[in-house]
Amino acid sequence: MSEGYGVDSEKLKEVGIELDPTKRSGTFLQRDQEPLKFASFYEGVEVMSVKDAMKKYDWVRDYFWKIVRKDQDEFTKEADSEEANGYFIRALPNAKVEIPVEACLYLHRVGKQKVHNIIIAEENSEINIITGCTSDRSAVGMHIGISEFFVKRNAKLTFTMIHSWHNNIEVRPRSAVIVEEGATFISNYILLNPVKLVQMYPTAYVGRNARAVFSSVIVALEGANIDSGSRAVLKEPGATAEIVSRTISRGGKVIARGQIIGEAEGVRGHLECKGLILSEKGEINAIPELIARHPNVELSHEAAIGKIAEEEIFYLMSRGLSRDEAVSAIVRGFMEIEIKGLPEVLKSAIDKAIEDMKSAL
Amino acid sequence: MLRIVNLSVEVEGKRILHNVNLYIKKGETFALFGPNGSGKSTLLNAILGNPAYKVVGGRIIFKKVDITNMPSDQRVKLGLGMSFQNPPKINGVKLIDILRHCAKLSGLGEERIMELAEKLRMKEHLNRSINVGFSGGEVKRSEILQLLLMNPDFVLLDEPDSGVDLENIAIVGSAIRDLLERDKEEREKGGLIITHQGHILDYVTADYGVILYKGRVACVGDPKDIISQIRKNGYEGCIARCLKDME
Repeated sequence: MSEGYGVDSEKLKEVGIELDPTKRSGTFLQRDQEPLKFASFYEGVEVMSVKDAMKKYDWVRDYFWKIVRKDQDEFTKEADSEEANGYFIRALPNAKVEIPVEACLYLHRVGKQKVHNIIIAEENSEINIITGCTSDRSAVGMHIGISEFFVKRNAKLTFTMIHSWHNNIEVRPRSAVIVEEGATFISNYILLNPVKLVQMYPTAYVGRNARAVFSSVIVALEGANIDSGSRAVLKEPGATAEIVSRTISRGGKVIARGQIIGEAEGVRGHLECKGLILSEKGEINAIPELIARHPNVELSHEAAIGKIAEEEIFYLMSRGLSRDEAVSAIVRGFMEIEIKGLPEVLKSAIDKAIEDMKSAL
Repeated sequence: MLRIVNLSVEVEGKRILHNVNLYIKKGETFALFGPNGSGKSTLLNAILGNPAYKVVGGRIIFKKVDITNMPSDQRVKLGLGMSFQNPPKINGVKLIDILRHCAKLSGLGEERIMELAEKLRMKEHLNRSINVGFSGGEVKRSEILQLLLMNPDFVLLDEPDSGVDLENIAIVGSAIRDLLERDKEEREKGGLIITHQGHILDYVTADYGVILYKGRVACVGDPKDIISQIRKNGYEGCIARCLKDME
């Protein structure tokens, strides 16, 4: 426990939360339902709880349940409650903020953490957000997180989410994104540590000449049940999407989904799901889907699941690596996805999260 | 330096090598010829301990140590090194990372890595995933670069000249000549080179030529004679003549 917040600072570090104003342009920390701390260190960025935001601005209410349906399922219904709180992060028009905003949702004691986040990148703004979701080692319960993202005309939002839970936590994020004309939304998701269950399928609605990129690196340890995917709906001419996932099973079950829907002239999308099974108990189910609703679309996918090739291990051993070193080099290489246009700070946060896993491989 | 004694090897349950015997002394380089499927690559893989190539009889002795059952990385630490004909592509594992492992074996530093990468024209590829999207020539140059950094005492080369244009053969050939100390009077290094056409021998001299035929050593002789015989009379003609000479 640290800094009087009643949260485990080691766990925060695992999910990229520094609580250091020199490294972040804003910070938000919520334990269970209670926002413990929030601040912005940069004038182009607003960071506060959604409850405070509603007090400050009348219009914030209009962003609620705009792209995620209240009645989507039992979890969205449950999140539609007075208890729900979460972060409000907004980049003001034309603000370009490379230093990331951090936001942490920490599950401490409550049985069900209900979160509703609103994220807005106003026109021509650029913002990077690292969000870390984690829990006490002893916590038992469920995290329900509604996130609604609005990336306005020509804005760019990079959202990196790192999860680090425990064996007795269920996680049900419900996210949707509107990517307006000429805008870019980049999502990175990293899950390397134990969890009981994750189920999510964030959806981006991509406008004219806009772009959505989803990358995820998921490791399912024994006992984990993960059903995770990304969906892009290419709604207007010139919209593009890339969905890339790397999934490793070390005994857990994973369903790796991906869906790109082409609805307009000249849209393009590519989907890539790759899986690696490192344990006989594991299971990976890759479900890439392409749906075309317009004749002139270009959609493609590739999916592959396998174990580590002996040939690759032998090759590295022929360069002096031991068998274990060879296996971990190959696994680390597998997880390394080239994320284009990612700011250095985010890249190093991601690399660090993956690097921290090394000892476990 | 390397002694192969009655070696028999199976791949996926099928016997490929039958009682192969070979003795290569310190400072000697052998050229290994043979038609496709005769077991040349199998022999190299067995020497380095590729688990897919199962030794079912005989022994491999390197530097007086029986390495028949030794893991590959231990054999490499003992001084064996190999360049692959078709090395695997490994996403995310960068050439530079592998080069650093290679350099560790010989105690070479970062500076030497850069120097040799420059020499083999692989500097642009250092941060790329190994062999992913490499051209035929780049693969061969990368293999030789790795070997130069490992600086093994005994070098196994699996078709360093196949699918390579003349310019690349010149680069690769001169690097192999250095590696095998072919320009020195007193040599410490030994080598075994698989070559189909013998092009590499225009750059690297060999002391002996061996024909492997249907998994057996069919002929040992002067490498230049063997190539000209193979070119003139094919493998079988060459072997027939070789047998006659021995009589």
